[in-house]
Amino acid sequence: MAKSVKIYSSPTCPWCVMAKQFLKDNSIAFQDVDVSSSQQAVDELMQKTGQMGVPVLEIDGDVIVGFNKEKIKQSLGL
Amino acid sequence: MRIYDLIIIGAGPAGITAGVYASRRRLDFLIISPDVGGQAAWSGGIENYTGYQFITGPELAVKFQEHIRSYEAVLKEGEEAVSLLKDKGAFLVKTDKDNYYARSVVIASGKRPKELGVPGEKEFKNRGLTYCAICDGPLFRDKDVVVVGGGNSALDAVLQMSGVARKIYVVNSAPSLAGDAVMRQKVGEAGNVTVFNAAQVVSVSGGKFVERVKIRNSAGENELQAQGVFVEIGLIPNSAFSREVEKNAAGEIMVDARNQTNIPGIFAAGDVTDVPEKQIIVAAGEGAKAALGAFRFLSMNQF
Repeated sequence: MAKSVKIYSSPTCPWCVMAKQFLKDNSIAFQDVDVSSSQQAVDELMQKTGQMGVPVLEIDGDVIVGFNKEKIKQSLGL
Repeated sequence: MRIYDLIIIGAGPAGITAGVYASRRRLDFLIISPDVGGQAAWSGGIENYTGYQFITGPELAVKFQEHIRSYEAVLKEGEEAVSLLKDKGAFLVKTDKDNYYARSVVIASGKRPKELGVPGEKEFKNRGLTYCAICDGPLFRDKDVVVVGGGNSALDAVLQMSGVARKIYVVNSAPSLAGDAVMRQKVGEAGNVTVFNAAQVVSVSGGKFVERVKIRNSAGENELQAQGVFVEIGLIPNSAFSREVEKNAAGEIMVDARNQTNIPGIFAAGDVTDVPEKQIIVAAGEGAKAALGAFRFLSMNQF
């Protein structure tokens, strides 16, 4: 079964753009949570991941801080 | 033991361009870098790189990647050089993962944001403290934030945040703000900015996230209640791994007109060097020169 992938991002963050491109290049479906769009998104990021910076990826509950390609590959089994 | 003709350290504009030139000279080489694109990837919009009237940093980084991958270049991404020494008549590049030998080296490792070096900085990184205002700024809507620094990048962060955050404190170590006059004027006109000149950050503290920033100036110590800290105090060269290479007071590697360092066979290019004007296009051009310099060095030494 495909893993559930969520990315917390902001539109102005270069690493977020690269992380999303990386997921697209690998045909991984993901949910994009734009933290600039609502306070609710910010609260969710802070409470669920304990982070206050983007990008943060959540892959089946696994939290990955920053665009860490190796960890993302590992977590996705790529 | 495999000895490469060339190892390029870094994959920003200088390193990638050096790689393109090395490919075209058919050198047997490696590029080693933690990331691709370097600081260029962090630029919002680039309007002064010839051939592109406008391109974003991430897009240019993708273009770099496509260009270098069109050759059979080996790019060791996610790997960082930790030392560079002479060994057995060649250069030994040790990384956090492996050891590599080469007859010549191009150092193009760029610069990184300078850290404050105060208690709480590491602990609260990504928990309210950030080195990337454009990335994380939107997270601090209606919060109080501290911007550390007084140059253009600090003022940029202040202006970006003045429409997002509630209160902005600027902690500037110099007696007055530096940066462009236009930007200083805009900062003065923003209603929610308080500037502390000749002031230092002493510590950052809080619970799960940043809550307080202690600062010190001639009046003594003062604790600011803030949920965000934006560190914008400039850049330092990533040159510490190359201990024997000559550097200037700022830690920039000194090169001659052919990008040769004080050690024959070690070349350097881009923002890590003392070449004036830290621009993407300048770094790219310097990368080309350094690769051609390395090629000439290899030919002259009949490798």
